[in-house]
Amino acid sequence: MIDRIVGARRGIEGNGHLADDANLIIDSGQLRTRASAWDAVQAARNIKRPHTLDVITRVFDRFQELHGDRGFRDDPAIVGGIAELQGRPVVIVGEQKGASTEENIQRNFGMPHPEGYRKAIRLYRLAEKFHLPVITLVDTPGAYPGPEGEERGQAEAIAKAIFTMTRLATPIIVVILGEGGSGGALALAIGDVVLALENAIYSVISPEGSAAILWRSPTEAERAANAMRLAGPDLLDLGVVDALIPEPAGGAHTDHEETAKAIKIALVAQLAKLERAATSDLLSARYERFRGFGTLAEPGAAAAPPAAEPWWRKFPLMRRRP
Amino acid sequence: MPFGRKPKEFPDHLWTKCPTCGEMLFNKQLVRNLNVCSKCEHHFRLGARPRIEQLVDKGSFVEQDSSLVSGDPLRFVDSKPYPERIAAAQAKSGEKDAAIAGTAAIGGNPVELVVMDFEFMGGSMGSVVGEKITRAAERALAERRALVIVSASGGARMQEGTIALMQMGKIVSALARLDEAGIPYVSVITDPTTGGVLASYASLGDLIVAEPGALIRFSGERVTSGTVGEKLPVGFGRSEFLLEKGFLDQIVSRAQLKERIAFFLGSFRAASQDVRWGL
Repeated sequence: MIDRIVGARRGIEGNGHLADDANLIIDSGQLRTRASAWDAVQAARNIKRPHTLDVITRVFDRFQELHGDRGFRDDPAIVGGIAELQGRPVVIVGEQKGASTEENIQRNFGMPHPEGYRKAIRLYRLAEKFHLPVITLVDTPGAYPGPEGEERGQAEAIAKAIFTMTRLATPIIVVILGEGGSGGALALAIGDVVLALENAIYSVISPEGSAAILWRSPTEAERAANAMRLAGPDLLDLGVVDALIPEPAGGAHTDHEETAKAIKIALVAQLAKLERAATSDLLSARYERFRGFGTLAEPGAAAAPPAAEPWWRKFPLMRRRP
Repeated sequence: MPFGRKPKEFPDHLWTKCPTCGEMLFNKQLVRNLNVCSKCEHHFRLGARPRIEQLVDKGSFVEQDSSLVSGDPLRFVDSKPYPERIAAAQAKSGEKDAAIAGTAAIGGNPVELVVMDFEFMGGSMGSVVGEKITRAAERALAERRALVIVSASGGARMQEGTIALMQMGKIVSALARLDEAGIPYVSVITDPTTGGVLASYASLGDLIVAEPGALIRFSGERVTSGTVGEKLPVGFGRSEFLLEKGFLDQIVSRAQLKERIAFFLGSFRAASQDVRWGL
């Protein structure tokens, strides 16, 4: 089986030779302060936060952007290409928000159209064909919900992207940089390892959307954010992300360099491990990772109900200490 | 009513007004006509149990995983706690959750069948729906039987947060294995199918068919029209629109659905000469 997340945890448990190789937070107990969900939402949306291209230029070398879905157009809300991570060529796909209003209009506020997801699928396939690991950077309020998206099959494009990633015969590392907005994020977020920056959020619907539906008032977004458990530590507790990448004190927006350095350390460490695994092991572990999600009871069933705790805790190195 | 004049008063428990043509339909006759308006072919929504009865060969349905019930991963409370919401939906519907799964035969073709029920919390997909579909796909793979899913859902269940979102990854992972093994999956889309359900398994069938007039959309009406600031044209995001845009193989009326699925499954089976997926 693949030895997936080893960061600070291994250091704590005394397997010292690999200690601190990634400085990852793999247990919410490691966090000294736990920001409120609403603070996390604000931090994740901060316009000064490092966005995908900021991260790409700082973490990778020799990035060459590849454009277009070969069918309709090039979606500026998703960027992708080939680059080197410490000399190792990889394929990168990321959702791109803008750092200013003009840039945000050009990038459609990081909300991809179907052709954006089809570009992503094309690049996933390219990576598989040439045995390049895939690194995805997730940062979107959600897939674009407008009528053009509907006409061109937004749902189909997302479904196909998820489908492609589940069986892609090459390692995939996902990093949630800022906002992980529902299906629009999931289309980039099926991976062998799913990491998130400390103040990133990931949710099934935006807090505003949830408030509008469940509380019938968009002003209840803060309450909704708390109820949805969408902040980094919650995601870690739920097993939705495997580890958090620490941000500089004050948040990622205060220091892009430091943030990028932490992301790079994490990616290099994880990739080194994943690349040693056989592809068949990768695919079965990826299946099990997602297969395990669900909080269920099955009274009177012959078989034991599926474990409610996150799948990866069954690995001895990752188990919580009592 | 074949004989006599229609009454002046239409008590609700006896009569239903067709929302499309305004015809008053006698409930018993409506049920006999598969919940389809006899005048204009408007397809009313159909619960999971009557749907199964209409689709499968008589007596062939064996329900699976019927005792699965949802937990409360987020300890979610809006106007009331999530467990109370589930309990209320269970009491109202007599079902445990928004999908019913089982093994059956359709026109002699053995299938794993999952049918969603919009009446149960808007057909929303949480852990139970995710688990039932995934298990059905895994059974289909193990037994080399076709998979048929009838969708009717508002999308992922908000009360289960990211765990509901992860069900999309879970189900699609199982469908991808089916695909590799060459086992047919037919997706049947009914009114309404939106959000995370459409953006995962409903859009991934080898064949995708929909009932006439079904609402099939990624985003809700208010979200979509909000982004353009105007009302959407009539018929936007309905079956006929999706067929025109190339996202459906066919629109199939309810009366022909069983026969059509049987035809498709039979063709696949004949083509594979019972080698790739046998009885």
